[in-house]
Amino acid sequence: MKQNLIGALCAIVIMGGAFAQTPKKPVAKPAAQTAPVVEAKDAATIEFEKFRAEMEDSNPAELFEMKGEEQWKTKRGPKNVALAESCDLGQGVGKIDGAYVKMPRYFADADAVMDAERRIVWCMVEKQGFKFDDIAKKPFANANFTPDITNLVTYVAGHSRNMKIAVPLKEPKVREAWEIGKEIAAYRAGPYDFSCNTCHGTDGKRIRMQNLPNLSTPAGAMKGVQGWPGYRMTGGVMLTHQWRMGDCFRQQRFPEPKYASDAVAYLLTYMIGNANGQVYKGPGIKR
Amino acid sequence: MKNNIMPAAMATLLMIALPAAAEGDYRAKAIAVIKKDFQPRGQASIDRLAEDGLQAVCNRTGNKPPEGVGRAMEADQLADVKYPADGKLMGDWKAGEKLAQSGRGFTWSDKPGLPVGGNCYNCHQISPKETSFGTIGPSLYQFLKLRGTQPDIQKYVYSKIYNAKAYNLCSDMPRFGHIGALGEKQIKDLVALLLDPESPANK
Repeated sequence: MKQNLIGALCAIVIMGGAFAQTPKKPVAKPAAQTAPVVEAKDAATIEFEKFRAEMEDSNPAELFEMKGEEQWKTKRGPKNVALAESCDLGQGVGKIDGAYVKMPRYFADADAVMDAERRIVWCMVEKQGFKFDDIAKKPFANANFTPDITNLVTYVAGHSRNMKIAVPLKEPKVREAWEIGKEIAAYRAGPYDFSCNTCHGTDGKRIRMQNLPNLSTPAGAMKGVQGWPGYRMTGGVMLTHQWRMGDCFRQQRFPEPKYASDAVAYLLTYMIGNANGQVYKGPGIKR
Repeated sequence: MKNNIMPAAMATLLMIALPAAAEGDYRAKAIAVIKKDFQPRGQASIDRLAEDGLQAVCNRTGNKPPEGVGRAMEADQLADVKYPADGKLMGDWKAGEKLAQSGRGFTWSDKPGLPVGGNCYNCHQISPKETSFGTIGPSLYQFLKLRGTQPDIQKYVYSKIYNAKAYNLCSDMPRFGHIGALGEKQIKDLVALLLDPESPANK
């Protein structure tokens, strides 16, 4: 028992140390299947929380926010235009304060309900002239690569830090997106008959030791929203909420949702909309 | 009553009887969006998005099918269970424990191939030595003591793992034998994990 506890603590220290020196390098995983006892796992969770609290002062997400700020303000793409002078996230061209917590929302110019990432991609394509397929080819970060869109989303999300989630659910198109998102969450299919709700539709459930938030409740939905985009200590990569949706479908044994699609935007509308009124703390740190 | 026509007919009636406007509208739109917005990756092919009859009934009824329909379709699922030719339902609990630990299989990042993991500890408590267990399913610790005296318990456990929907039509649990995820040997080993007196689950 004690050995497991010490092992878990050591792993955290190693993760912390490795992270401080080489943030981009994947961290060696502790032997995953040697099951620590409940108390040890809980202690490990507590240690992680402490570590995260200490890291808040020098949140690695800020590095990505800085890169994103530069990319937001620089003239780029075939049309040589800056997003800052062309992209409207719903608060007026170039305005980003509070934009993240007010999305997904409906954009008449695109005739679509869009989450923050989808909207920024739309701006990059329509305003700057980038090709959608080029962005969608490698949309998410890995150990060696962080796409521009991840930096941009993190920058925009950082400008909603400590603001209340306010998805405009009274807007009919957004309301419809919420309703469809709710149905997508309930849709069982695939070899294991799983839906999103198999894991995320009831209070107080776990897979192994991982707590599963109930996304149909305000508190559970907020748990699914908080901390994204997030810096993942395992692997040392910055990942977005869009990425997280895809990883859920992977584990659901579904095919992959298309990048920046209606399906992902509607699910995000359902989940983030259910978290309305609660305070978003900005880009975070994930295990 | 034993043939498959009755449940199928009942299911069809159920579909017709359900109010289309109340929930069908957004559900139909959701299905259209799912069909449009997913792409195959790795072994996760696009045909996985289609509902089979059971999934359709569970999806349509919020996982609460009318009792008659549920019973009839459960009987259908049970009729589909294939038992070992040698009549032996218990295998090696040690192999079962190893299989129960693994959650691998069927995701787009898994290598295709069988057998896959049993996924048991993801959702169930079994051996007290494994304290990292999920709670989506009930605890199976002390299964022999709590359930072992019931008649045909081996057959029940074998059938339940083979096709969990034979006993609860919209159960969260996958149909491991029905979909070919676990073969005869794997299911026997898992039966032993729950019912062998030497298994840690019963210590």
